[in-house]
Amino acid sequence: MSTQIEPRKVETELVGTPAPNYLTNGFGLKSWLLTIDHKRIAILYLVSITAMFFLGGLFALLIRLELLTPQGDLMEAEMYNRMFTMHGIVMIFFFLIPSVPAVLGNFLVPMMIGARDLAFPRINLLSWYIFVIGAIITLSAVILGGVDTGWTFYAPFSTTYSNSNVALAAVGVFITGFSSILTGLNFVVTIHKMRAPGMTWFRLPLFIWSHYATSLIMILGTPVLAIAIVLVAMDRLFRFGIFDPALGGDPLLFQHLFWYYSHPAVYIMILPSMGVVSELVTCFSRKRIFGYTFVAFSSLAIAVYGFLVWGHHMFTSGQSIYAGLLFSVLSFLVAIPSAIKVFNWSATMYKGSISYETPMLYAFGFIGLFTIGGLTGLFLAATSVDVHVHDTYFVVAHFHYIMVGGAIMGFLGGLHFWWPKITGRLFPEAWGKFAVLMVFAGFNLTFFPQFVLGYLGMPRRYHAYPDEYQVLNVMSTAGASILGVGYLIPMVYFLWSLRYGALAGPNPWGAKGLEWTTPSPPPTENFDETPIVTEEAYAYSKEEPEIVGGKQSTRASLR
Amino acid sequence: MSEASSPLAHHFDDLSQQKEATSLGMWTFLVTEILFFGGLFAGYAQYRGAYPHAFEAGSHHLDIVLGGINTVVLIASSLTMALGVHASQLGKRKKTAIFLLATVALGLVFLGIKAAEYTHKYHEGLIPGAGFALQGAERQQMLFFAFYFVMTGLHAAHMIIGVVVVTIIAFQAWRGRYSPAYYGPVEVTGLYWHFVDIVWIFLFPLLYLLGRH
Repeated sequence: MSTQIEPRKVETELVGTPAPNYLTNGFGLKSWLLTIDHKRIAILYLVSITAMFFLGGLFALLIRLELLTPQGDLMEAEMYNRMFTMHGIVMIFFFLIPSVPAVLGNFLVPMMIGARDLAFPRINLLSWYIFVIGAIITLSAVILGGVDTGWTFYAPFSTTYSNSNVALAAVGVFITGFSSILTGLNFVVTIHKMRAPGMTWFRLPLFIWSHYATSLIMILGTPVLAIAIVLVAMDRLFRFGIFDPALGGDPLLFQHLFWYYSHPAVYIMILPSMGVVSELVTCFSRKRIFGYTFVAFSSLAIAVYGFLVWGHHMFTSGQSIYAGLLFSVLSFLVAIPSAIKVFNWSATMYKGSISYETPMLYAFGFIGLFTIGGLTGLFLAATSVDVHVHDTYFVVAHFHYIMVGGAIMGFLGGLHFWWPKITGRLFPEAWGKFAVLMVFAGFNLTFFPQFVLGYLGMPRRYHAYPDEYQVLNVMSTAGASILGVGYLIPMVYFLWSLRYGALAGPNPWGAKGLEWTTPSPPPTENFDETPIVTEEAYAYSKEEPEIVGGKQSTRASLR
Repeated sequence: MSEASSPLAHHFDDLSQQKEATSLGMWTFLVTEILFFGGLFAGYAQYRGAYPHAFEAGSHHLDIVLGGINTVVLIASSLTMALGVHASQLGKRKKTAIFLLATVALGLVFLGIKAAEYTHKYHEGLIPGAGFALQGAERQQMLFFAFYFVMTGLHAAHMIIGVVVVTIIAFQAWRGRYSPAYYGPVEVTGLYWHFVDIVWIFLFPLLYLLGRH
């Protein structure tokens, strides 16, 4: 087996001179745009979603600026509707959903299981092109005047009444969905069929388990969103009337089809970050994970429950009260696997040798903010409370605690953790810590006041509000500007580190896992020879980390 | 093993690993397809329950003879596809190509009949939308035709993709690309074709037959 891999000679004392690796394997634009190397495709995704993130952030900034004062002075209702719609569409479909899976997952899934690439490298590249085409189409809808339906595209407003570019934006989202399906398909097949000898299911890092669960959601959910969008387009373009009550159609059917995907989509956003946190907590506590099988199966449980709770978005829509009861109970059940994860991370840290490097600070942030987001989710799962706070800022605060406080914290934590592996360079640790604190403080100042606002009754999606809400809105806008700076700082020092960062060596954190046994940046084929796995994941307490390449830049030397 | 013509991609250890991966990939893709059509079936079920009489009346406008012929044509094409896959497993190059081309021909017959049916509907004014011919109480049938066109249209789109892919595979088979050791692409294309046929096996009774008696 594996006869076509040549052994590489460069090693040990040559840490100073870069060994041939995936980054030096061709420099032209063509070598990037036609690559089928999963690591390069991960970089392509990283660049694209970063651009989308800052675009979505720009919309958020304009929203917060408008809400600084009670009247509409920066923009009026029409423009404001377009702003929050584009913020939602860009951030959800073009940043959060691909964020961890398409960047870190793409880079790490083959490396963590000891494979040379994903099972279908060409399909992997295709998924990136589909993503870019979808993004261009959606952005052209923005340039042509925007969309004002909210990211939810609720019918019959989207199908009959809206005067904005709904069809174009919907087509963009429809197309992008296929990139997500192809990524999920690739991960499932890779995890099933490409594991290295000895890499049994229960030796897989938890990052892999969470990506497996995420992939299942991508595969089983996204097609239903796609068909819902097709029907919206048919209604809008040809007046089919499937969701038009005047023609006998039922708008609730759209909500069911939409949330059948879009609720599980929340778990597409959060599960991969949970996988990242499992890696971070074990590494920086120097302990094996507490309750491996529970954490692994809780990912699958979240994926399964995730498909049974969509009706909790529709408590006030007029769906059957018995359906509401059932969806309420099932929604409470999701708390169990989520809590298992939080408790097991805490138990992992208990009596561990915890150190406070930047990625670990992000993990702390994730655990705290996700817990707040999750617990407020329980308020919303209770039908009576939900009727009270439905469509208020309480909901907005809740899902931002999950998606920004949870998913983006996880993404940034993972990006910091694997940045030395991806680029071969270390980022400046002090700046890293400073940025985490900015993000954490800015985040809470932005979104905690929104819980209060919502509870006091401020509805979401309005550009103007009564005067008494202004103090809390000013706090929120102030927090958003801190948060924005907190996101810009890593952007700056990451770019700086590409050139000036200290060389990382293969394993700067002394972490376990196959990806750390190979040089940084890894060679094109990932491993010099297919690794053979003989121990379980996170075998931290057993022995000292084995440093493969030369000079040891250990954790002590980084402090 | 590493020569350019080798069917083994660089990242697989051996051909059997590659074949298992290809096959699992196609099955996973078909799962997404089931969900894709599943959303439509769910919507169809919802509206059929809400408007049983309109749906019954709507199905009487469909041509059961043409629909029946198309069903037979598709089942026959599944047979030729299965024979083609079998021939490729045995390494019979020409036989594989001929069976695959027969599949393509049957697929084209299906699409031709479907196009004729669509044309009829167009002339009868049964395309849903502002110009829908049935008015008054009969207008509710528009929902039936909305589902008829979306479901059969999506199915026809899958058939067109299938015809293109099978043609390419037939051409590759003719040129001797496949062997008893490497016939994965033929097999997974067959899986796709059978899946599209099975969708029709559900569409035909739901749209043409249900409520006729």
